[in-house]
Amino acid sequence: MFYREAGQFKTSYGADQAVFPILQDQIFIGLWLALGFVLVPLVSTEYLLKAILIPFLILALAALGLNLLVGYCGQLSLGTGGFMAVGAYAAYNLCVRIPWLNPVVAFLLAGGVATLVGIAFGIPSLRIKGYYLAVATLAAQFFLDWVFSRVAWFTNNTPSGSITAPPVTLFELTFDTPVKKYLLCLSILVLFAAVAKNLVRGRIGRAWMATRDMDVAAEIIGIRPMYAKLSAFAVSSFFIGVAGGLWAFVHLGSWEPLAFDVNRSFSILFMVIIGGLGSILGSFLGAAFITVLPLLLNQLPQWLGVSISTAMISHLEAMIFGCLIVFFLIVEPLGLARLWRIGKEKLRLWPFPY
Amino acid sequence: MGFFLEVVLGGLMAGVLYSLVALGFVLIFKASGVFNFAQGAMVLFAALTLVRLMEFLSQTFSPFLIALVLTIAVMVALAWVIERLVLRPLVNQPGISLFMATLGISYVLDGFGQAVWGSDVYALDVGIPKRPLMLFESLVPGGVLVSSEDLVAALIAGLLVAVLGLFFQKTRIGRALRAVADDHQAAQSVGIPLNYIWVIVWAVAGLVALVAGIVWGSKLGVQFSLGLVALKALPVLILGGFESIVGAVVGGLIIGVGEKLSEVYLGPHVGGGIENWFAYVLALLFLLIRPEGLFGERHIDRV
Repeated sequence: MFYREAGQFKTSYGADQAVFPILQDQIFIGLWLALGFVLVPLVSTEYLLKAILIPFLILALAALGLNLLVGYCGQLSLGTGGFMAVGAYAAYNLCVRIPWLNPVVAFLLAGGVATLVGIAFGIPSLRIKGYYLAVATLAAQFFLDWVFSRVAWFTNNTPSGSITAPPVTLFELTFDTPVKKYLLCLSILVLFAAVAKNLVRGRIGRAWMATRDMDVAAEIIGIRPMYAKLSAFAVSSFFIGVAGGLWAFVHLGSWEPLAFDVNRSFSILFMVIIGGLGSILGSFLGAAFITVLPLLLNQLPQWLGVSISTAMISHLEAMIFGCLIVFFLIVEPLGLARLWRIGKEKLRLWPFPY
Repeated sequence: MGFFLEVVLGGLMAGVLYSLVALGFVLIFKASGVFNFAQGAMVLFAALTLVRLMEFLSQTFSPFLIALVLTIAVMVALAWVIERLVLRPLVNQPGISLFMATLGISYVLDGFGQAVWGSDVYALDVGIPKRPLMLFESLVPGGVLVSSEDLVAALIAGLLVAVLGLFFQKTRIGRALRAVADDHQAAQSVGIPLNYIWVIVWAVAGLVALVAGIVWGSKLGVQFSLGLVALKALPVLILGGFESIVGAVVGGLIIGVGEKLSEVYLGPHVGGGIENWFAYVLALLFLLIRPEGLFGERHIDRV
């Protein structure tokens, strides 16, 4: 009843090809943006911003990048943590060694460095497929882990191995309060999400999806596999590198190489799979799920009034996390984005059942 | 020369241990097409169960044997539960869903094992001699130092591979497993019950995990990091190919030797600690030459 496009006639090709052609969708997105940019900063507590929203935004960006690679192009990659580390350390080194460089520009340049590294580690994808590629990207993960802990140049020769990021500034505005950090992350995320959405609707996105579905057939009809696969690695690594820079500078403040280890890679892969492969919205939903879940599981014993030792809580957390992953994969293998799409279909027909 | 031999022998022994873990992966991948990331967690779980049961039964006449029988029963039960709750609902789903499901299983096993059995480090003593031996004293001046624990591990692994080979070739169930590994639908049409076969495969992989757990556990002690051994076995799999038992053994040996040699000879030049990623890079280089691994099946894409 409410979600019908009846009466909305498009009078130009541009209007017809819009990302959100239906008026109700446009209103919905506008409301979300207003909520995100205006309402949330006004009513959130500092804890909510620092512990939930900022990590969610940054990890959503990383999940977006990984979804472009795994969901749209079909190249399974377990090196996300390593690429985030590249972004973080590149941003750090640029800020420390070129003091007049603006940190936000440093993030973008760090994304560029991560792009180059991503292309380098993506070259095996031209020859290897499937699980073999996943293990090859694990090689990237472990190698980058080692490089950032052993090669002292990257940490500016600190003896402890743990480095502290300089504060983020842009045009005399220092992002020191949680609200400002939140708005910075949200703006970057919205911008990158718009870029991603347009990429996947364009020629490159179609090339990726063709490569994912049947790469031999795609090659036959003229999609060059090298360009398709390496561009996927490049764009994905750019997103992940910027996310890594943000994670280090805005969320962590000071970090050591362990912050970007293989567990980080797996958690971002979980976000992509649970959210939905091949879906921009899915990256957000998956990131929200995985960010909020450990916090909920942590608070659960308190709410239920049961007192358990912290060791037991962490074991139970691991068990429930694993069970939920399996449950999700059984119930909805196409992820939360599919559930959303089913909901929208039902909403179109509401109040009729079919 | 003696030192080089020592490093190579040490590498071969370490490689044998990796092969043990990789063997479990290969069994499951061959028969059900699932890349079982939970193999490491299964190794840890089996070793934990064995060690704690041995503790509880330490007053009986043979704690090791009784605990071993009980642990075997537990691993079979685990295989049944996994098949019933995870594999059956996920039949025909794409490989990545199954891979993620096994990742979930590994989290559950880790948490469950440590919640039930505790997370301390437990020493596992099943009577494997730990004395270092001096070999080849006549060939090489000073002899070559080899740990007898590693030798016993190599013997156990060889025995296991031989037993598995016999099982697959000579028994009826082994034939059924090979049929299922070849083609699920054809096997089903001949009357082989797939669900039952999967329980058997996961149970056998669980037993292989138990053996690996015993060997690793008596070497390192049974602790949480045992579960991370799975990450070390992955390069073995890529090198050897995902579907080949021989590949798992040969790949393990190559990776073991390569790792040790690189750590000893290349390590000091680049800061040390390259054991973590050298195996992966080695496997990656092999992959570029032969994308399916040394003994893997050639993947033919039909369009």
